[in-house]
Amino acid sequence: MDWGALHTILGGVNKHSTSIGKIWLTVLFIFRIMILVVAAERVWGDEQDDFVCNTLQPGCKNVCYDHFFPISHIRLWALQLIFVSTPALLVAMHVAYRRHEKKRQFRKGDQKCEYKDIEEIRRQRFRIEGSLWWTYTSSIFFRLVFEAVFMYAFYFMYDGFRMPRLMKCSAWPCPNTVDCFVSRPTEKTVFTIFMIAVSSICILLNVAELCYLLTKFFLRRSKKAGNQKHQPNHENKEETKQNEMNELISDSCQNTVIGFTS
Amino acid sequence: MSWGFLRDLLSGVNKYSTGIGRIWVAVVFIFRLLVYIAAAENIWKYEHDEFECNIKQPGCENVCFDHFFPVSHIRLWALQLIMVSTPSLLVVFHVAYRENREKRHNQKLYKSPGKIDGGLLCTYLISLVLKTGFEIVFLVLFYKLYNGFKVPRLVKCDIKPCPNTVDCYISKPTEKMIFLYFLVATSCLCIVLNLSELSYLIFKYSMKCYLKRYIEKCQ
Repeated sequence: MDWGALHTILGGVNKHSTSIGKIWLTVLFIFRIMILVVAAERVWGDEQDDFVCNTLQPGCKNVCYDHFFPISHIRLWALQLIFVSTPALLVAMHVAYRRHEKKRQFRKGDQKCEYKDIEEIRRQRFRIEGSLWWTYTSSIFFRLVFEAVFMYAFYFMYDGFRMPRLMKCSAWPCPNTVDCFVSRPTEKTVFTIFMIAVSSICILLNVAELCYLLTKFFLRRSKKAGNQKHQPNHENKEETKQNEMNELISDSCQNTVIGFTS
Repeated sequence: MSWGFLRDLLSGVNKYSTGIGRIWVAVVFIFRLLVYIAAAENIWKYEHDEFECNIKQPGCENVCFDHFFPVSHIRLWALQLIMVSTPSLLVVFHVAYRENREKRHNQKLYKSPGKIDGGLLCTYLISLVLKTGFEIVFLVLFYKLYNGFKVPRLVKCDIKPCPNTVDCYISKPTEKMIFLYFLVATSCLCIVLNLSELSYLIFKYSMKCYLKRYIEKCQ
């Protein structure tokens, strides 16, 4: 169980995403998760062992480390990636629910169902419209919120994105103000800035996707309104035909029910 | 043999679950298992090495660590994940039993072996009760063993061979506390999901029974 499992879960969502959504997923897996696992974890691997304070007082190093790093960068990134990936599951669940409904219709032998077999339903790609549009848009919105919250938490906790070489600590039991040295500060700064930059790119992609979806939605609505204006007679004829058919069906149903109960 | 094995087992359970059950599986995989493996395990990796006491007396550190951490947080967490996931296997076994029975008798005995009704409903409800029970037991165990979910920076130890009361410092206490609270929050969420699923199933099948009886009465 590792990030690969998350990749499998989210890979399914990829089919129903927009192109921008697919780019976002690629950026997430290659420039964030892979970098985290392959590189960043090694850089932060020895963070407490190589955090050195200029004192022999036992406990001072532990306390100072805990004071300056309440939660390690690497853990915060892992949490950020998990939270940011999760809204896509809403879309996966919605698609699974729709597939389940179509399969039920198919099994009942519904004439409205236009699929030839269950395999076609499994492979089908749903268009992002109707209730799926709302689910998809909400998932992008939550993604944006989580990204922003974590970036702010990072900035707030570490007073910016730079890793200093030296920290001065005077927490008890350190006897006086003590110099503590962080291991690999430059490398950590480089990776921090890299992760923040990729996070910003992901935010921009999400904003672009949101704008794209909203634009598509409003264009579709105006097209529909335009069509309705230009072809009212044709629509009315279609409606009347449908009404007649509905009446015929309901009449035949009533007759069947009456016949059954008598 | 690793967490991947548990993941594969639970993926099978997903097939026979209700909608809420599937949300539960997703929460367990992503917010508990993945967080455990990707983040939490590394925080507790060197907890013994980094546990430091203000004394040179050999053996004092070991004894104090053992006194304050009889079972490490991370091991309890792993045990909790395993125990909480296992009751779902009862459902998988029952479905397999049904399918075997159909094969043996060479006829269709059930509408669908995976449909939650009859005996399978009882098994499903029992698995939900067990899951909730284990969650609560482990949360209480965590609370009792560690006097709440706080991880202190400093603990005072006076067990032999420590000569007097000695100050011992725990490593990364704030980070450990944050992840413990995260564990508690996800545990509570899973308890709520299990209880909702239990109520939903009991309500659904009571209504079905009641309607059946009512229709039979009318006829």
